[in-house]
Amino acid sequence: MNSTGAAGAVLQLVLVAGGAPLLAGLMRQVRARMEGRAGAGVTQPWRDLRKLLRKEPITPRGSGPAFRAAPTVLMATALVPAAVAPFVTTASPLDGAADLIAVVALLALGTVTLALAALDTGTAFGGMGASREMTVLALVEPTILLAVFALSVRVGSTNLAAIVTATLHDPLRVVSPASLLAAVALAVVTIAETGRLPVDNPSTHLELTMIHEAMVLEYSGPDLALIEWASAMRLTVLLGLLANLFAPWGIATGASLTALPLAVGVFAGKVALLGAGLAAAEVFMAKLRLFRVPELLAGSFLLALLAVATSFFLA
Amino acid sequence: MSAVEWGLAAIAGLAVVAVLAALAAPQRVRPTTVGSCTAALGGAGIAVGVLAAAGRRGAVWLPELLPLFGVRLEFDPLGGVFTAVAGAVAVAAALYSIGYTRHGLDSRTVQAALPLFVAAMLLLPAAASVATFLLLWEAMAAASLLLVLAEHRRRTAVAEAGGWYAVMTHAGMVTILLGLLLFAAHAGGETFAQLRAADLSPAMRSTVFLLTLVGFASKAGAVPLHVWLPKAHPEAPSHASALMSAAMVNLGVYGIVRVGFDLLGGGPAWWWLLVLGLGAASALYGILQAAVTTDLKRLLGYSTTENLGLVLLGVGAAGLFATAGNRALAGLALAAALLHVINHAAFKTLLFLAAGSVLHATGTRDLDGLGGLRARMPATTGLFAVGALAAAALPPGNGFVSEWLLLQALIHSLPATAVATAVTMPLAVAVIALTAGLAVATFVKALGVGFFAKPRTPAAESATECGPAMLAGMGLAAAACVGLALAPTLLVPALARAVQVAVPGTEAATTGRLTLELSGITGSMSPLLIAAALVVAAVGILAALRVFGARRARRAARLWDCGGGGLTARTEYTATSFGEPLQRVFDDVLRPEQDIDVTHVRESRYLVDTIHYRRRVPDRIEHRLYAPLLAAVRAWGEAGRRLANGSVHRYLGYGFYGVITLLVALAVTR
Repeated sequence: MNSTGAAGAVLQLVLVAGGAPLLAGLMRQVRARMEGRAGAGVTQPWRDLRKLLRKEPITPRGSGPAFRAAPTVLMATALVPAAVAPFVTTASPLDGAADLIAVVALLALGTVTLALAALDTGTAFGGMGASREMTVLALVEPTILLAVFALSVRVGSTNLAAIVTATLHDPLRVVSPASLLAAVALAVVTIAETGRLPVDNPSTHLELTMIHEAMVLEYSGPDLALIEWASAMRLTVLLGLLANLFAPWGIATGASLTALPLAVGVFAGKVALLGAGLAAAEVFMAKLRLFRVPELLAGSFLLALLAVATSFFLA
Repeated sequence: MSAVEWGLAAIAGLAVVAVLAALAAPQRVRPTTVGSCTAALGGAGIAVGVLAAAGRRGAVWLPELLPLFGVRLEFDPLGGVFTAVAGAVAVAAALYSIGYTRHGLDSRTVQAALPLFVAAMLLLPAAASVATFLLLWEAMAAASLLLVLAEHRRRTAVAEAGGWYAVMTHAGMVTILLGLLLFAAHAGGETFAQLRAADLSPAMRSTVFLLTLVGFASKAGAVPLHVWLPKAHPEAPSHASALMSAAMVNLGVYGIVRVGFDLLGGGPAWWWLLVLGLGAASALYGILQAAVTTDLKRLLGYSTTENLGLVLLGVGAAGLFATAGNRALAGLALAAALLHVINHAAFKTLLFLAAGSVLHATGTRDLDGLGGLRARMPATTGLFAVGALAAAALPPGNGFVSEWLLLQALIHSLPATAVATAVTMPLAVAVIALTAGLAVATFVKALGVGFFAKPRTPAAESATECGPAMLAGMGLAAAACVGLALAPTLLVPALARAVQVAVPGTEAATTGRLTLELSGITGSMSPLLIAAALVVAAVGILAALRVFGARRARRAARLWDCGGGGLTARTEYTATSFGEPLQRVFDDVLRPEQDIDVTHVRESRYLVDTIHYRRRVPDRIEHRLYAPLLAAVRAWGEAGRRLANGSVHRYLGYGFYGVITLLVALAVTR
């Protein structure tokens, strides 16, 4: 634990919180351009957030404490991983407090609070969204943990900084079959966890298809702002994890303060690249039927299992 | 006499006092007297258990109490952990019973069975001879059966559940009896010290292990011997359900650890692969059934099968690692399993007691008929939420800590030398992960559908908060959950001593006060820091909103109803509809039964008048495995009845032919 580490942790927290809406804006812009529209600009989500935060808070009749608390808890569960994970520095003072498993579980906690809030409203949409989201979560979990397993076998630890440092010291590991398979598996579950196509369509409001949007239908004003912001942060955190677990170059490891600005720039570039790629891929994809989603997730589970198996048999 | 021996005497004395109070006290004060005596008994159990887990020893031999053998009790740290857990559960359940049993559950038998059951569970981990062990095991089974049957006059399902429980528990008892008697016969003595020193052939050791494993696994509710559990736990009164589900099932695990590790001293890898497989199957099957059931207490019962499955998975992994010679990992896996026993006891006590309060207030356990309780029973809802967070194994709940330790043990088993380990460990991790995911869905359903939203029936509409004694019982269990979630490091020394009994030569699994730092392997996690970080983040967000957000008053508004007028409870999602996607995904495993009756309007068969839709998800193992077995037993009995038709001549004939056959046999063999 040193001052550079602490500075890095604060820096990445600010970076994720401030950059997440920009990432969402970038993804929408890429999509718009590829679909032949002009698009609203990269900073539009920030303008939306400012507008929502100024509005009057509204509580629907019949909802309870779970509904009121969910935006705050969701935001908190997105902020803690943003401070812990090795995005800008591997020396975050909180690194020993939460490993990869704990980070994944914290993100799941956010999903759960949102599902409980949706059930709390007592509407059919809320229940529908919660039920679907929980089904997807239950099926995503095995893949995530197996990918964690595959990543940590070669390092001998589930500690995030340890995995990243090991990859920095031995760059050829990234192109090993185990690592590639785990990367693909983790990419699929990232898409499922963040509610992107083909699992969920973030821009739909059609009751037959929506998952995430059905859960947050009753939110408005500042509450909605928090949820939109937290969702963008969760996407940033997951894409950041994907980027730094498999391509950690540029991250600050030592005690020098000069490495931090470079690390910030590189990290922002990596996540922007991943986000733009995801948005570009979404243009060519249609949403899967809900009951075809398990097949997709089963496929990614198989990849993760293969990743663990190869890490054992090819080691 | 040592402190532990005084404690044993206190347990016996308090049990006698409580039973006498149940028999002698007038009905009006009976629940209070028995409840407080049993709570004191539980307190004595905690004290003795903690002392024993801290390494204090104590042994008692009472040769007069049981003819031929005598009663032999001796505490070691392993037994101490289980006694302390049972004692803690008993304190919460007994306090709760003061309020809960006042209405209709205050008969002498039911009240007297409670302290007997508790005392048997407290003393069982101290049994140091085969006869004592079997005696206490049977006392525990009989007393709990009385409690299960407490409400048999009110509901017919109770008698059926009692029947299943009686048969399964005694079938288990028979196999344990056979196993331990075989062991004692070949060891030449029946005290545990003699059994430890015995030199058995490998075949005999495996026979003993398998026979006892069947009995213990059935007590622990492991698939496919779990069928009694989802029947008996819902039908028992809720304080008894809590005791059975949080304390009694643990003793099945205790039996496996005691016999497999301590008395037999470990065994070949296939034993532990079997235990691991049993655990994995139980965890998955249990939570799948829980995810689709709509009966709150049945859901909790299946969740017990799941959690004990996870514990068995840890025990099996520990055995596997110990056989392979990796003592550090074996110690970690066993410590994780024991910690999960403790955590599960804490949150399952809380959940069953809260479910009891709901049953008490609404008269129903059906989640489809509940809802809206958070406004009517705020304290119960809050306490249930604490338990649900723990049961869903999410941070900052206590369930997460033990599952994290278990995952660490499994993940660090690679790179392994044995192919069996390399193949099973990834699968075991996947099973734990899928179980965790389904547990999240299950407890979101239980909390969100059962307690939130609008009430779905008049019964839920008119629910009121339960009394102070019941709240106190639940509050104690919730405090235990919070304590275990924030400071699991305090338990590490006691767990290390308990693990050393089973796997000698291991060190404490983790070091560190605030952070759980694994010893021997790299890895750390701090539940306290995670919880603190979450709180700091939430407070920061609220403060920022206050400073930067619009300072406008909150306004209540109508729910979005698509312009169709007010929404009623009929449009809410129910537990059935919530579980439907999961049930469809796991259709091949669950095999739900559906009937659809469509009645047409008389004038035209193209117009539908009414549709009746019924769906149930039966326990497939019960249907496929036990139903044919029971049918065969019944057919055999029916066939036997034809031999006895009431004719005296026929019976005389049987006697005559019997004697002739005997004589012929004697003549031939002599």
